[in-house]
Amino acid sequence: MLRRLLPLIVKELQLAFREPHTRRLLILPVLLELALFPFAATLEVRNATLAILNQDQGAASTELVQRLAATQAFPHRLLVTDEGELRRAIDEQRALLGLWIPEDFSRELAAGRTAQVLAIPDGRRSNSAQIALSYAQSIVQGYAVELARAAGRPPPSEVVVRNWFNPNLNYRWFMLPSLVAIITTIGTLIVTAMSVAREREQGTFEQLLVSPLTPGLIMVGKMVPALLVGLGQATIVVLAAVFLYRVPFHGSVALLYLSLLCYALALSGIGLFISSLVETQQQAFLGVFTFMVPAVMLSGFVAPVENMPLLLQGVSWVDPLSHFIVIVKGIFLKGFGFGLIWPNLWPLLLIALATMSLGYWMFRRRIA
Amino acid sequence: MSAHAPHSLRRLLALCRKESYQIVRDPSSIVIAFVLPVVLLFIFGYGINLDSARVRVGLLNEDSGPDAAAFAATLAGSPYFELHRAASRAELAQWLTAGAIRGFVVLQPDFGARLARPGETAPLEVVTDGSEPNTAIFVGGYLQGAWQSWAQQRALDRRLPADVPIEIVARYWFNPAALSRNFIVPGSIAIIMTIIGALLTSLVVAREWERGTMEALLSTPVRRAEFLLSKILPYYVLGIVSMLMCLAVAVWVFDVPFRGSLALLLLYTSLFLGSSLGLGLLLSTVTRNQFNAAQSALQAAFLPATILSGFIFEIASMPAPVRAATYLIPARYFISALQTLFQAGFVGHILLEDLLFLIASAAFFLGLTALKTRRRLD
Repeated sequence: MLRRLLPLIVKELQLAFREPHTRRLLILPVLLELALFPFAATLEVRNATLAILNQDQGAASTELVQRLAATQAFPHRLLVTDEGELRRAIDEQRALLGLWIPEDFSRELAAGRTAQVLAIPDGRRSNSAQIALSYAQSIVQGYAVELARAAGRPPPSEVVVRNWFNPNLNYRWFMLPSLVAIITTIGTLIVTAMSVAREREQGTFEQLLVSPLTPGLIMVGKMVPALLVGLGQATIVVLAAVFLYRVPFHGSVALLYLSLLCYALALSGIGLFISSLVETQQQAFLGVFTFMVPAVMLSGFVAPVENMPLLLQGVSWVDPLSHFIVIVKGIFLKGFGFGLIWPNLWPLLLIALATMSLGYWMFRRRIA
Repeated sequence: MSAHAPHSLRRLLALCRKESYQIVRDPSSIVIAFVLPVVLLFIFGYGINLDSARVRVGLLNEDSGPDAAAFAATLAGSPYFELHRAASRAELAQWLTAGAIRGFVVLQPDFGARLARPGETAPLEVVTDGSEPNTAIFVGGYLQGAWQSWAQQRALDRRLPADVPIEIVARYWFNPAALSRNFIVPGSIAIIMTIIGALLTSLVVAREWERGTMEALLSTPVRRAEFLLSKILPYYVLGIVSMLMCLAVAVWVFDVPFRGSLALLLLYTSLFLGSSLGLGLLLSTVTRNQFNAAQSALQAAFLPATILSGFIFEIASMPAPVRAATYLIPARYFISALQTLFQAGFVGHILLEDLLFLIASAAFFLGLTALKTRRRLD
């Protein structure tokens, strides 16, 4: 049986890499996304501009402005002289955040009362603005605590924040493990989805059917190359993540590949389903695209699953990517062992079983 | 294609009708033109929520005093947190590792005692899950805020001076509740227009080349302008209808404010459609193959429009070379215009810049397509 199967697998692999358009689809995304995503796809706030309106003549506000000017968080500052200018700076998006120090600032502080600073974050970019605000807040707070200490009244309590698994909240540490999952998705889906469609387009499908291979074997022959391609691409991304981007890898390589295999199985079922559904390779490509965009968007890659409405959280549960992303990130950053993988691995296995049955059923129907 | 035959409106209309049939009769066009936009709009609107509305947070209170209990009660009562009380640090660590909570607070046994002792500062330990950096920032910020208002209230109750003598009062402009939906839903219109403009057009036109019907078309007395218009108009109408549908869903379903003028929205959408239709036609003319056309449309239009346009990811945070590349992407200007029109209404400075760049890119892509068409046909 293996002797019959092997030539089929070799043939599929050769085809996948021989045709220029499939080859491009397998190589381009890996290079493009590995080079672009870690730099471009970030929710971090860097290079932000802070507009400051200081209407206070006192020493305290001068000191505060100097501290704000000295931080790395805001490399660009815009010192404005009146309210209108501050308003325009925000309106025209020349600053992400405006800080307005009122004229009674030093006086209130000297009198032992709480002095206020008005912050104006640009709500059009509310996520970045909120992060910028939290940077400004920590600088202002640090100054306030120092003032209180100098006055002999240290604050009775203070918050000490630590970030586990990623102490500096480096967004690349989040992005690269997720990319392992996303790039595997593209590769595995493309190879399986193209396979049957290509045979049908080129008229070789009938030839395959008259061969002594059973439909099950033909299906396996179409799935194995996809698994190999997916595993290969994932390996490239993992290596790049660890050695190029220096993302820590705390877990076990064996567990990573075990989960990867389950994930690739789930995907190849979906790929075969798409492939049996469509007539041409172009439709197969669109089918992959139509599946992939929602799958990526609802996987927790862009926004956390727990922020979605319940119905979409349900859809996300069916999405194999959402489980696999948790596993890869866990293995990379949190050193997940089998016990921690299992809660996401069994849904993945279940989904794999379902998609492969669906793929097989569709494939059989196509033959009949 | 005859260079001498006069222009004819009847011919143009007939061509447009033919093109429309072609869209409606192919299942993959239907998927791209009607199914995908609706699905995407709902996924972007409901699925991409960057605001952690009710975060799961753990609490370990090792202090039996009234102050610690009061702080715990503040957390429990806050609408921002779903509080899970733990019995030990090990339990908290286990929850955080498994992703069951996104952060936790520990009140040490001497918290109350140190709080009461003058001249000493009691630490409030906060730990977040750094494997989700964006959520971690929010969790840290929310917990800091909860602590701040508790400390203020405590000082006020005891008629003490405020713990921390400076307070920041934030007023979000344009979006007082700081909802990420208010910028993601308008931005998603640009993504949908990209799919209709570039992906759909590139496919349908490439199909004509593939099936040889393009040559048949060329042997008729169709003029170049008529030919191009017939390829542009039906998709343009489809795009505008789709945009209006998105606008209705954005305003009525997602409650995103639309403060700008509809005329301006139509103008900017038309210009953006001009450049993405131009790109789609160009790709199909160059590749003459549906598969390659779809693939290049995805890589040349869809990917940049989602990643490099400021739709979700802040352009200012990208490194300088990537930032420079974003200036070449038409979606960047359209998204900027959309966000301005929806949330701010009218900001002349921004809208003017967007207008100029969009005119330039529409002229560039349509012009290049016209040029390529003549070379290949005449």
